[in-house]
Amino acid sequence: MVQEKIIELLAEATDTDAAEITADTAFADLGIDSLDLTEMAMQLEEEFDIELEMKPEINTVGKLTEVVESLRG
Amino acid sequence: MSFRIIGTGMHVPSKVVTNDDLAQIVDTNDEWISKRVGVKERRFSEDEFASELGLKAAQNAIADAGINPEEIDAIFAATVSGETSSPSMACMIQHGLGVSCMAMDVSAACSAFLFLLETAAAFFALHQEYKKILVVGTERISGILDFTDRSTCVIFGDGAGAAVLERGENYLDSVMTVKGGDDVIKIAHYNGNSPYFKKEQVSPYIHMQGQETFKYAVTSISQDITTLLERNHLTIDDIAWIVPHQANKRIIDFAAKRLGIAKEKFFCNIEKYGNTSSASVPIALDELAKSGNLKRGDKIILCAFGGGLSNAACLIEW
Repeated sequence: MVQEKIIELLAEATDTDAAEITADTAFADLGIDSLDLTEMAMQLEEEFDIELEMKPEINTVGKLTEVVESLRG
Repeated sequence: MSFRIIGTGMHVPSKVVTNDDLAQIVDTNDEWISKRVGVKERRFSEDEFASELGLKAAQNAIADAGINPEEIDAIFAATVSGETSSPSMACMIQHGLGVSCMAMDVSAACSAFLFLLETAAAFFALHQEYKKILVVGTERISGILDFTDRSTCVIFGDGAGAAVLERGENYLDSVMTVKGGDDVIKIAHYNGNSPYFKKEQVSPYIHMQGQETFKYAVTSISQDITTLLERNHLTIDDIAWIVPHQANKRIIDFAAKRLGIAKEKFFCNIEKYGNTSSASVPIALDELAKSGNLKRGDKIILCAFGGGLSNAACLIEW
């Protein structure tokens, strides 16, 4: 559910087919920048009622999914 | 509450600096700046200090209001990039206008124009004899930019905006918030040459955490607009224009998206001037007023956010 939401947001932000985005997709490969990531983080915070701080090491869909899931407890 | 706006004015330096011009100085390019910030060009002063920019904006606002400078009862100004800490910008503008009313500055960085309006409202309430107040936001922000830092020097621009307020009932509501701290936005001063002071000198330029600023700005715009609408039993359809601080086009676009408000409702001119800090809201207001797209009786929301951290918004009937 978390990963699906992240993929949906990324697909919308980058005009990419959601089917092309997987857990291994790196944000850098999608050509998005730090403000795109901040926008996505704010949308995830709202969606899952969490407080999310984006760090450079959270650089793939899979890693972001893990972080969001751990924050949801 | 306590005033209506009877005149607006602006002044920007004549020197236009494009993104391509900046690409000659720092490692950047037009596509990067246009996409990430929304700025195409900005003005940088060659021979005018902040108080001189502010004086010209003030004179334009006074002419627009059709009054004599002697009618002004108080001048409130704001800057983060004045050529002096003392005299204040307001004192220098008073001197330039050749008048003798009271004058002082209010410090609230990019939100300052909203704080000037609130201060004016308070003074109208306190001094029944006050009929007209001049408010001015003015910046030669190029003086506090690090032109080796591509993440900040491409965002900002120089300029000044002003408004003449007359005692009235058109300042309908306001909201102001401060979350004090210097970890997100900081403009440091020179520490001086005291042989006794031991703290390390921070370079005396604008320092900004981009992602945190973005988050703060979007959240504060969204909350402030929502508060004003709810508290006044209005919907967005009742509002003719939102005039936001011109910090970054993406902040405005994302706030609009979160609020479910059409982007077109937000007046934007950042592409021409960049972020002019305390001058951005009055410059935008002047351009909107002169465009003919603002009619007497229209309700508008002004909103701003910035160093402090501080943010504010107000509801005005034009």
